[in-house]
Amino acid sequence: MPNSRPLIAALVAVGALCPVRGLDAQAAALHVPVVIDTLDNGLVLMVHEDSSAPIVNVNVWYHVGSGDEKPGRTGFAHLFEHLMFMGSEHAPYPEFDRRLEAAGANNNGSTTEDRTNYYEEGPANALPLMLWLEADRMGWMLPTMDSAKVDLQRDVVKNERRQSYENQPYGMVWDHLPRMLYDASHPYSWPVIGSMADLSAASLEDVKQFFREYYAPNNAAIVVAGNVKAADVKALAERYFGAIPRGPAISRPTPEATPLRGDTLLVLEDRVQLPRLYYAWHTVRGWAPDDAALDLAAYVLTGAKNSRLTKEMVYEDQTASSVSAFQDGKRLAGEFMVIATARPGTTLPTLQQTIDAEIARLAADGPTARELEQAQNAFEAGFLDGLESVGRKADRLNAYYYQLGVPDAFQRDIDRYRAVSADDVRRVVRTYLTGPRAVISVVPQGQASMAARERMTP
Amino acid sequence: MIIDGSTARRLSGSAAFLSAVCLASSCAPSPQAAPPAPVPASATPGIMATAPDLGPAPRLVLPSPTETTLPNGVTVKLVGMHEVPVVQAVLSIEGGARLDGELAGLATFVGGMLDEGAGERDAFELAAQIEYLGASLGTGAGWDATTISLRAPKRTISEAMELMGDVVLRPRFATEDVERQRDLRIASILQSRDQPGAVANNVFGYTVYPAAHPYHRPIGGDSSSTVQLDSATVRDFWNHAADPRKATLVIAGDVTLEEARALATSALGSWRAPSSAPAGPGSAAEPPRPTTRVFLVDKPEAAQSVMMIGAPGVTRSSPDYSAITLMNTILGGSFSARLNDILREQKGYTYGARSSYSWRPLPGPFVASAAVRTDVTDSSLAIFFDEFRRIRSEPVTQQELDRAKSYITLSALGEFETTGQVAGELASLEMFGLTLADIPKEMDQIRALGAADVQRAAERYLDPAHLTIVVVGDVKNIRTGVEALDLGPVTLLDHEGNEVTP
Repeated sequence: MPNSRPLIAALVAVGALCPVRGLDAQAAALHVPVVIDTLDNGLVLMVHEDSSAPIVNVNVWYHVGSGDEKPGRTGFAHLFEHLMFMGSEHAPYPEFDRRLEAAGANNNGSTTEDRTNYYEEGPANALPLMLWLEADRMGWMLPTMDSAKVDLQRDVVKNERRQSYENQPYGMVWDHLPRMLYDASHPYSWPVIGSMADLSAASLEDVKQFFREYYAPNNAAIVVAGNVKAADVKALAERYFGAIPRGPAISRPTPEATPLRGDTLLVLEDRVQLPRLYYAWHTVRGWAPDDAALDLAAYVLTGAKNSRLTKEMVYEDQTASSVSAFQDGKRLAGEFMVIATARPGTTLPTLQQTIDAEIARLAADGPTARELEQAQNAFEAGFLDGLESVGRKADRLNAYYYQLGVPDAFQRDIDRYRAVSADDVRRVVRTYLTGPRAVISVVPQGQASMAARERMTP
Repeated sequence: MIIDGSTARRLSGSAAFLSAVCLASSCAPSPQAAPPAPVPASATPGIMATAPDLGPAPRLVLPSPTETTLPNGVTVKLVGMHEVPVVQAVLSIEGGARLDGELAGLATFVGGMLDEGAGERDAFELAAQIEYLGASLGTGAGWDATTISLRAPKRTISEAMELMGDVVLRPRFATEDVERQRDLRIASILQSRDQPGAVANNVFGYTVYPAAHPYHRPIGGDSSSTVQLDSATVRDFWNHAADPRKATLVIAGDVTLEEARALATSALGSWRAPSSAPAGPGSAAEPPRPTTRVFLVDKPEAAQSVMMIGAPGVTRSSPDYSAITLMNTILGGSFSARLNDILREQKGYTYGARSSYSWRPLPGPFVASAAVRTDVTDSSLAIFFDEFRRIRSEPVTQQELDRAKSYITLSALGEFETTGQVAGELASLEMFGLTLADIPKEMDQIRALGAADVQRAAERYLDPAHLTIVVVGDVKNIRTGVEALDLGPVTLLDHEGNEVTP
């Protein structure tokens, strides 16, 4: 049986990486080398050379998400992401996709509360095309934008919403939950995809204004990872992005989340066979001191078959068909959730009892040393998994740069999980998961009696 | 499960339209003529005026696996990949759900039971040990194989491989574990009734394949087959299925051949073949291809209609594999393909439309599908059929042809990047009796195809007069429109494919 020890004791060399010895000679540091530059217009360029496969990944982050939207204008960041594929001055629609496919490359984009990203991945010789296309839509998209494009992608996004929310069992939870956790003025109080009404109201002028405000080189960072040379990438980036003017300085709101004053309960009747319980608490932002301990607490509750809630509810009592917990630390705030689906014949108060009791126990006693170590090992192994793919490395580097101002923070990320003690887990569970919470019960139609109950006052 | 609010431009991973592909060194894409540029809003540097010339694509160097056979018949294939200190092992045992017989869902159930307790460990102890080692273990079955995959850091791989040996050679199949997992599966089948995509998929199987065909019932079984599962049935199935002579172990990662052989021998060396002769590849009568008909499944108040249109396809060994792959890439196998271009990008009816051929040893289905807004259900169906007819009646354009050929042959460059991809690809090729050496040949075939070959593949393998249409949606709002299309007789079914009498 292994003793407590880092899994990555043998030096991890990733891509064309040089081993860098950590302070502890036993445990070497994980190092993903990056050449970082800032162009004159403020665009940050990061290059990670990895010659292990003949491919390249271009990963662009714009530092804007639904967290920058205003009430009545929800869903804009994501709608805008769709519009970024609708052509630009030198690559009119539909050239973006067609040229990339002809080069053997794939692409996509995604939007969260905090950022919008875009990527292309394909044969390494396609790098100039990828950068040219990204530059053209960063610098020369606005003149080609028209209301027909807005109307079309508005319809596509509404279908995306129908597919993921309205037509998805339990899907409407993600429309309601943000409102229960945040004041109406807080931008986390609406879902990233926005409301149907706001999507309908989006005008061409709104879209243009959004672009002028946020889609400037000084609000973007590009990672290029793959079989490339950093000097070549820099020359290409300067050639294509160099003439794009710097935009106005961007001020992003940083509203505080108002703490919940007490538990809030919502019952949703849906076309579902089995009731499902959702608990959500306010916690901390990503990378805040308690963020890693909350991740580990979630693992101790539901990360594996032998985790506490999974073992009790799915295996032993067999009251639940599934249970999961996670910490979601974002830019402005964080949330911890527990989600449990009942077995046939079980109602949600039964699930509540077990979950509440286990959280109370963890808040009182903390995890065992063995539980904590299993959780830490599982997290650490997760870091290794991301290191084989240039695409996953590129996105991770952009995330670290965004969160910490430093792209190569893999070792720092591992270290913060290793540094968590059992008492830290106990403390964060007591601090964050025993206070007021939002509770949603999704029950079959006409079965409101299956819903969760308010908790007994102690 | 949605764990954050991330919302993407398109579903990722949904379009697995390319299976084994590889690459070319030439194939510079032919740039399309750009329309005249609008008046520039800002000074445009000349460098932006035209797309860059890409020059030749890199060559793909395919992995060269080293092969060995254990005395008990297990084929072992090793690919050394030393970039990251991890090892991926995939054990694939030919068989799978196509051998389920009367008990639909049996193979996938047994596959899922393998890690619910094995050797000296119950399910909790096994999970605890796997996670403690920083490893991940997956067990399950597809239509054609049972697969056990293990991933571990190099430093714990030998301990982790012992656990793989336990789940293959010494699964417990304890009565209480079987009953618990059976009840969980019953709950999951119950829940799938609410998922329009799952309902459409099940009803598609019920209607496209006849009752005796292995693909008729869902791969995960249905409520009537699941209640019959018990420990004896599970044990009996595994005793026959777990045959080392039908097993291939692929190890990709940071190990040497000697280490790989030692790992395989220590984990699987004592595996003995069952006394029965190995089951053949399985066969089934060619499914009938009735004239086009429509099946509606009611989901009252549905915001969208989920539609699947298709028929039994062809086997992976078809001489027309490459032509069909190219044809489908143009029809619905890529983002720029005709179906997505029209239904999403021109009409805005859907978040995505696609088509695919499922390549299996027996003919898997051809399926074209989309989830569309309820009020354009009939218009969307009409567009699908227009496109089926068009790709048969007119040659594809040179641009479409060139783009699809490059896309297929060049995107292969990214398919051998990770140990998981390499191990998965090798295991998949093995199932079809193919090797990596066949991939360049197939790519050469793709490059040699012309518009006439695409048209011929469509004429031969995509017959709009013999398709099955399944639509899960709000019947009261879509029925009249669908009937008016006159595609074929319209029948109302329930979620298990039984006719609903009004």
